[in-house]
Amino acid sequence: MKAPHAQRPVVQRIRVKYAKRGRLRFTSHRDFSRALERAVRRSRIPIAYSSGFTPHPRISYAGASPTGVASEAEYLEMALQDRVDLAEVLIQLDQALPIGLDVIEIVEATTSEFAATLEASEWHFSISAPASIADQVPGAIATFLAADEVMVERMSKNGLRRFDVRSAVLSLAEQAPSEVPEVTDGNSTTMGERALRSAILEAVIRHGSPSVRPDDLLAALRIEGLASRAIVTRLAQGPFDERAGAVTDPFGPDRK
Amino acid sequence: MPSVWSDLEPLLLQVSKPIQYVGGELNSTVKDWDSAEVRWVLMYPDAYEVGLPNQGVMILYEVLNEVEGVLAERSYAIWPDLEKLMRENDIPQFTLDSHRSVRDFDLFGISFATELGYTNMLSALHLGGIPLFAADRTLDDPIVVAGGHAAFNPEPISDFIDIAVLGDGEEAVLRMSEIVREWKREGRPGGRDEVLLRLARSGGCYVPRFYDVEYFEDGRIKRVFPNRSDVPYRVAKHTVMDLDKWPYPKQPLVPLAETVHERMSVEIFRGCTRGCRFCQAGMITRPVRERSITGIAAMVEQGLNATGYEEVGLLSLSSADHSEIGEIAKGLADRYEGENVGLSLPSTRVDAFNVDLANELTRNGRRSGLTFAPEGGSERIRQVINKMVTEEDLIRTVTTAYANGWRQVKLYFMCGLPTETDEDVMQIATMTKRAIDAGRSATGGNDVRCTISIGAFVPKPHTPFQWAAQESPDVVDHRLKMLRDAIQGDRKYAKAIGYRYHDGKPSAIEGLLSRGDRRVGAVILRAWENGQRFDGWSEHFSYDRWVAAVVEIFEGSPLSLEWFTTRERELSEALPWDHLDSGLDKEWLWSDWQEALAGGEVDDCRWTPCFDCGVCPTMDTEIQVGPTGRTIPLLVNR
Repeated sequence: MKAPHAQRPVVQRIRVKYAKRGRLRFTSHRDFSRALERAVRRSRIPIAYSSGFTPHPRISYAGASPTGVASEAEYLEMALQDRVDLAEVLIQLDQALPIGLDVIEIVEATTSEFAATLEASEWHFSISAPASIADQVPGAIATFLAADEVMVERMSKNGLRRFDVRSAVLSLAEQAPSEVPEVTDGNSTTMGERALRSAILEAVIRHGSPSVRPDDLLAALRIEGLASRAIVTRLAQGPFDERAGAVTDPFGPDRK
Repeated sequence: MPSVWSDLEPLLLQVSKPIQYVGGELNSTVKDWDSAEVRWVLMYPDAYEVGLPNQGVMILYEVLNEVEGVLAERSYAIWPDLEKLMRENDIPQFTLDSHRSVRDFDLFGISFATELGYTNMLSALHLGGIPLFAADRTLDDPIVVAGGHAAFNPEPISDFIDIAVLGDGEEAVLRMSEIVREWKREGRPGGRDEVLLRLARSGGCYVPRFYDVEYFEDGRIKRVFPNRSDVPYRVAKHTVMDLDKWPYPKQPLVPLAETVHERMSVEIFRGCTRGCRFCQAGMITRPVRERSITGIAAMVEQGLNATGYEEVGLLSLSSADHSEIGEIAKGLADRYEGENVGLSLPSTRVDAFNVDLANELTRNGRRSGLTFAPEGGSERIRQVINKMVTEEDLIRTVTTAYANGWRQVKLYFMCGLPTETDEDVMQIATMTKRAIDAGRSATGGNDVRCTISIGAFVPKPHTPFQWAAQESPDVVDHRLKMLRDAIQGDRKYAKAIGYRYHDGKPSAIEGLLSRGDRRVGAVILRAWENGQRFDGWSEHFSYDRWVAAVVEIFEGSPLSLEWFTTRERELSEALPWDHLDSGLDKEWLWSDWQEALAGGEVDDCRWTPCFDCGVCPTMDTEIQVGPTGRTIPLLVNR
């Protein structure tokens, strides 16, 4: 048998910020990575491959959002074997991906350990529910914020896990709809206007272990029927500025 | 309510793999609804992960959508978790393309690769609000059309379908579209009955309601006859000639969800004349029609560009038999040298040439496993099924594979073949152990593995075994267990030989559905009403539920599960599918069946004279094979 092909060296690493919008928020992380690899091939981006008998394209993902959750701020890093024009690659890659998986920005990587800089995420919950459910939201938020600890349970690969949500939540508030910029929702329609009330929540959750997901926060509000009524979107993820109390741009160091 | 999406969306967070219900696959099409005159929904009646890669649906979807004024969308079986939520929320079976109810379409085409999709068809009709019985449908309901290999005996589902179409679908769906278009333009004169009559009289559509069946008191069929004037006594299959004129799919669908085939496929020929007597596909798709080497190369190139897949499967019933397969393999491997594109063949016949071929195809990539299909364990049984390969051939082939760096060889077998004894099956163990020994000495190591994959044989319509008694599940399971013990009990080989088997019970039900007649329809309905669906999935299949339905429906009649499965038929018996014409001469099939019992072999008419199976003269077709002498040029400007 022949030796595996020697792969060309990496000459450039790029970081890609992309969105998962509308219907395509139901894309799982595995689904996305397959779609991305095919898009890279179709658009002939000079991706670097790992060595060995089964060469893999060298792409690493950071902090992917859960299936069913939309996002305006997902990140990945690619190693390339030729230098590319970033603006051109952005257009090529975006066109090769389905509408709803959209490339927002590409920068050249100048730092390492990118994933570690993603300390927290800003989440947007668009809830459309009967008044009986929506009316409980303000009280539930107050109760949650006043508590020191709010335990929830979730099925994980290793069985049922029980963990605290409260300590990871850096902020949580209900917004009047007019104060909140409208979230791009792709080709999705809103969930019907049949006597439903809408409520919009925003939260900042710190990344960590155990990882607290947005649906864990909804579960921690302890309102029956709330979770299936919410469309969740990640608005941002990045370093957390303690003084400003806000998530900041993770591409900051690469842009300097 | 044109789209059900807004009602469906909130439910998707509560179900497994929601992406399969979302649509929007790369290369999918949503045509304008209002400007279409004829609207098709095409369904593969199994889960999305199985149905999406189906070539038949993909081809017809593209062929139909290319026609002005004709629209096609897709639908797949819905898992029980979402089905339950859809019933609670009054959401109908929908298409993935525009999320419309399947009831909104003119024609509802369902592709049955196997009979195990029948219960899923009933789920889809019921969820779609379409009456289950064709006789109860109105002008507001679609015309339900069955296609695929199982449509060569659609009698068990004849109460539920309006039409069955036999054979290649490309030209058939276009002709049907024109008939329906004209009828709609005329203002739908004569209603449903008239459009079905027009389709039946076109000669290419079997409309079960226009045929009556009479039975003898002992249960056998007396006769089948048309009850309308001008509909054909026998309905013939369709055959597409010149595959180069039909280079579909040009734009293969690429799903976001993971499916059973993570590659694109190019069909390199259609039909097979190897003459394996168990193989329905080989019998009903005759004659062999090759795609040319240059036509194949063009489809591979266009498909890779359109999809971004990194593996291409060269698909057919016996791919190594293409007259220019060596040149195809070398030409494609040269063309994609250094591009991380993998090429693969489905399981191949046992032949050392195929190892050379596999070496060439994997020149650019992985060399993981090779699959061969000897089908029968002993030389005697291989003569009965007309799979001409000696044990020496097999050992030599497998040894060559191991010596060329392949570490894993998979062997396919069947259990319960006509005339089979325990010894025929036990020979599989002996032969496999010899293969491992040969592999160990050829490689000088212990690092060779062989996996045996074995399932129960089901006699199929339009084959020489259509008269055969199917082996009972008890005997099949007994032999499978004996074989397992012989392999796993031998410490010298237990670790080197993997053993995968499918037990005999699902095959008994498949046998009932394969060779059943119209009276089996009531069994399917009752099994479905009692919760049966997804029959191809062991976690959903219930033998007991099927048997209960059989017992209840056939009580007081001469019919039973055994009557349809383990009963051998006589030449004089009218078979449920005799009025459906696959081109095969019944006399020839019978003589081949007698030949099988005598252990006689039949050659391949591609390289020996015609042996009068009947297909070409009946269907006005001919063998289309190369070599063309053409080559695949390298690509420039890459």
